[in-house]
Amino acid sequence: MPAPVIEATGLTKRYGEFTAVDGIDFAIEPGEAFGFLGPNGAGKSTTMRMIAATSTRTSGALRVLGFDPAEHGPEIRAQLGIVPQADQLDEELRVIDNLIVYGRYFGLPLPYVKRRAEELLEFAQLTEKRKARVDGLSGGMKRRLTIARGLINAPKAMLLDEPTTGLDPQARHVLWDRLFRLKEEGTTLVLTTHYMDEAEQLCDRLVVVDKGTIVAEGSPASLIRQYSTREVLEVRFGSARNAAAAEAIEGIGQRIEVLPDRVLVYDDDGEAAMSAVHERGLSPITSLVRRSSLEDVFLRLTGRSLID
Amino acid sequence: MTELMQAPAPTIRGPLRGIYAGNTRSVVMRGLQVMARTNWVVVLTGFFEPVFYLLSMGVGLGALIGTVEFYGADVPYAAYIAPALMAVSAMNGAVYDSTMNVFFKMNFAKLYQQMLSTSLGPLDVALGEILLALFRGLLYACGFMLVTTLMGLNLSWTAVLAIPAALVVAFGFASFGMAVTSYMKTFQHLDYVYFLMMPMFLLSATFFPIEVYPAGLQWVIQALPLWHGVDMIRQLTTGLIQPSILIHLLYFGVMIVLGLWFTTSRLRALFLR
Repeated sequence: MPAPVIEATGLTKRYGEFTAVDGIDFAIEPGEAFGFLGPNGAGKSTTMRMIAATSTRTSGALRVLGFDPAEHGPEIRAQLGIVPQADQLDEELRVIDNLIVYGRYFGLPLPYVKRRAEELLEFAQLTEKRKARVDGLSGGMKRRLTIARGLINAPKAMLLDEPTTGLDPQARHVLWDRLFRLKEEGTTLVLTTHYMDEAEQLCDRLVVVDKGTIVAEGSPASLIRQYSTREVLEVRFGSARNAAAAEAIEGIGQRIEVLPDRVLVYDDDGEAAMSAVHERGLSPITSLVRRSSLEDVFLRLTGRSLID
Repeated sequence: MTELMQAPAPTIRGPLRGIYAGNTRSVVMRGLQVMARTNWVVVLTGFFEPVFYLLSMGVGLGALIGTVEFYGADVPYAAYIAPALMAVSAMNGAVYDSTMNVFFKMNFAKLYQQMLSTSLGPLDVALGEILLALFRGLLYACGFMLVTTLMGLNLSWTAVLAIPAALVVAFGFASFGMAVTSYMKTFQHLDYVYFLMMPMFLLSATFFPIEVYPAGLQWVIQALPLWHGVDMIRQLTTGLIQPSILIHLLYFGVMIVLGLWFTTSRLRALFLR
């Protein structure tokens, strides 16, 4: 079995009194798409920064591509592609020059970087914008350019911090398609997200993080199997009556969650649960049976929604 | 499809490992590329400032003043202040670049975060940015030298050494300026720098000999970097070279080393914490 690309044991980061990352363990295998799923402030970005050696850990062990980031920052970053949460493009340079100049930061030869930049522009579907100014690009284009830029050094692993946050649905799908291609080519992807659909789409394996700790680990499907039922019944009775209705449907399904705007009934057979609700004489304003998602896993594990 | 090439691993060993990748050149080239496209007008305006001072004070006031004594020799007033203005222009070029421009790149363009996401280390970035400020200082110095030569204000062949000397001055101010900038949070903080530079410019024996001050005050002036720059360049352009020039060089040597160390550790604290 090949050595993990990134391996952490008891990884901890404190800022003064505040513990951002609280003793987490994980190992990321080569070629894997690994996700950190959690709400804002869970410590995902801090973990990414420690992996990228742009933040030093307070304690614990961390190996990235065989190096200790505290000692070998430049060596590690030479082999990583970093896509930060805010795009951080060089707005004083044109689109193509963003790629070329960035490649030069890695010490790659100019003729190579020039050729590679054209290919990456094509990959990012930005060839037409070659000479455009960066500040005129749309959000999705900027993100694709940032990803292309992160690929200029042929990284062994790509770190993507919230890759599709703030993008419209169409731009997200274009981006997911590009990331899928990278995955197919065997690039190790490490990403953080607070979108469960993104995690389900892209990740082979993920950890659910909350308040700096890992609360669960596995593939999206296995997490759903382990922590949720096959189906979920969502019923709405109006915000004032949800709590009372929840008491009335007590006992239906395997578990009930009351959210401010709706009640969730967990059952392997959602339709059966719905019939049971109606049999008790309750008539919800709206009802919906759906498959369980990672959102339900997160709710089960932390008692909170992913997106507040 | 191009055969993929991995980025070369930095080969720096010893105490600089982890903060230096030996690729300062890429930072400098980026700066020159941007400067060539957008900033050259700004560079040009910085050149004219000392020229105007020279014309108004050196030529205008100089007609009334005549000569000033410098290390035992009588020096025409314009030739007396020209080297001082050259030192000031090297200082200004370096300080504007390492404060205003660096502040913008640090806080708005997030340029250093980008650079430090690659195999570059903080020392590569610091050195690169300082060299850019130096380059600007060099442009100012050469331009000014041309003007003073045409006006016949360089009294000795040693005046050519004033250009490297101006670079030394610029290096000292740039490396310190960048470190100071790293502490600034708003554009208003930059005003403090200019507030300090103004009296230093006017009082560092720029327009009159330091002997006009009482002894105690002379010590204060001599502790300031600009005085060392002024006296050093003045010795070179007048040809009245004294042993004290070594002290001036040493002063800037210390300033450069401290400034670089300071800037690198600040960049590390800000972006690699």
